[in-house]
This record gives sequence, C-alpha cells and structure tokens, in this order.
Amino acid sequence: MKISAALDRRFRKAAAAEGLLDVAYELHDSPLGTLLVAATDRGLCRIAYDADPEQELESLARAFGLRVLRSGLPVDDARRQLDEYFEGRRETFDVTLDVHLLAAFNQRVLDELARVPFGEVVTYGELAARAARPRAARAVGMVMNRNPLPIVLPCHRVIGASGKLVGYAGGLERKEALLRLEGALL
Amino acid sequence: MDPPPFERFYEQHRQEILGFLAKRLGRERAEDAFQETFLRALRAYPTLQHGQHLRAWVFTIAARIVIDLHRRRPPAASELPDELASTDGRPAYAQLEHLAAGLPPTERAAVVLRYGYDLDYAEIGAALGSNATAARQAASSGVRRLRKELP
Repeated sequence: MKISAALDRRFRKAAAAEGLLDVAYELHDSPLGTLLVAATDRGLCRIAYDADPEQELESLARAFGLRVLRSGLPVDDARRQLDEYFEGRRETFDVTLDVHLLAAFNQRVLDELARVPFGEVVTYGELAARAARPRAARAVGMVMNRNPLPIVLPCHRVIGASGKLVGYAGGLERKEALLRLEGALL
Repeated sequence: MDPPPFERFYEQHRQEILGFLAKRLGRERAEDAFQETFLRALRAYPTLQHGQHLRAWVFTIAARIVIDLHRRRPPAASELPDELASTDGRPAYAQLEHLAAGLPPTERAAVVLRYGYDLDYAEIGAALGSNATAARQAASSGVRRLRKELP
C-alpha cells in the first residue's frame, strides 16, 4: 500500500514535535544548489553542499545519534533566513548553533569568524591572530575547510594574504558567488 | 552492525507496515496506528544493540499496536463474565514474549508473532524477510525448543 504524502508528513512532524529526534534535516533549494540543513535540539548543526544523503545521514548519526529524520519543522526558520540572505534581504543570521562537539580551537576560530561582517573579508592570518594564534594561519585554513555550517558561519569571507580566494569546501565558484552577493567582489 | 540512521529504517519499512496495518485495521484506523508504530520505534531506537532483525522488530511493534487497539475497543457486556473481565490482567502475548526471550531471534520472532499476535505464516515470513514455509519452520522449531526447556 502506498503511503500518502499527508500521512508521511504527519509522522515526520509528530516525531519532531514530540522531541524524539537527535537530528532533523531538510533539503533546501538555493541559488547555490540543494543544501542539506540539519539541526539538533541545541541548534543548527550542519549545512552541506551537494550532500550525498547516504553519507551525510551516516555522518550526522555518528556525531549526534541514530534518530536522524527528514522533518522540516526544526529547520524552517533557518531555511527562511537562508532564502532572505540569498534574496539580498538579510545580512546577519539570527539562529542558535550547535557546535558543542567541535574541538575548542575550532570553536574559538569559528567564534571569531562569526564576527566578520557581511560584505567584508579577512585573511587566514588575520583570523588566526584574532583567535589568539597568530602563527596558525594554516590551522585556520583547516578549520574553514571543515566548517560544518558554511554560509551562516561565513568562511567564504576568509581569503589569502595575496587577495586570492584560495579555497572553499563547497567549490571556489560558490565562494565567489557569495562574495559577489555581498558586494565584496566587483 | 549498527542500526542505520532512522530515516533509512523508516523508508525501508513504512510501506509494508502500512499494508500490514491496513489489512488488520482498515485504511482509516491504519493511519493512526502507522504513526504510533513509528513513534514507538523512535522511542526505542536508541536502545537497539545492533541493526539485525529490524524488520521483525518493527512488525512486532505494529502487531502490538493492533492488539492494543482491539483491546481498547470495549467488549460487549455479554461477551465476558464479570469475574473474568476483572482478572484478565495479563494478556497471553505478554506471557509468551517473556517465555520466548531465550530463543534465537528468528525463532523467537516467529513464535511471538504466530502465537502471541496471531499473524499468519505469510505475514511472519514477510516480517522476517523470508517466506511462509521458513516462518512455519522457525515457529515449530521454536516451540520444540520451548517444550524442551520448560519444566
């Protein structure tokens, strides 16, 4: 018997409403392709480009618990804010983040990263200095590469000392698109 | 082998669980029972020790819900003598699940689903990922084993 879309939706909603999920996620269409947006009850925990669902669900389950289910409710607000950002109607995100599983150094660097304003860029070295590790530009690069929450934690605003964009886990084209959207690139 | 992320488990089993419930309860009541089945599965999911026999496991949950729903429907007064209605506290399937706890998983599921939940062998075969013949064999070897072990 074919399960109706309404019944499926009802169950997914009830699962989230009853607080039974370790992770709720939704696939979200954006100008940069489909994003997987996921949250725990502590906050937004992942945004992934080009997510291979199988792999991404396994990885979320390993990190946060097996009860990973596609359910819109817990990530609706973040998705709305992403839409507004891409439409040029939002410069800062007002969402709680769950980064508690990250190493202390990564958290400190991402904390500093979150303070880099819309439309501005910093170099890897500057960000390292702001996180009180001025010689750790390379380590900061690694933290950016593994940023679990791109766009919201704006690792696209971190560039090389020469002014080159250098790298982006989601691909350089996306980094460029985001900087262009923010007016940081002409 | 760990259980898969719940999304995978749900996608794998939702169709046949709904089919099973619809057959037992009719389409309308099946929808509520469907939601309850997977909510119960979600609650218990973190306690699973491994990812084996998940199909039999979720069928057992669905079968239990079917029985709960049948029990909840108030029996006609003429159906039960008064003294029975008040002492009938422990249903047969709960007793059976307890007795069968020591059996190998497939035999245990077959015995509980057949004699505790009154599923037919085709349904049990579907739940176990095999067929009616294999289900019948598992149930009867489970029963033989129980006879041997029981005092």
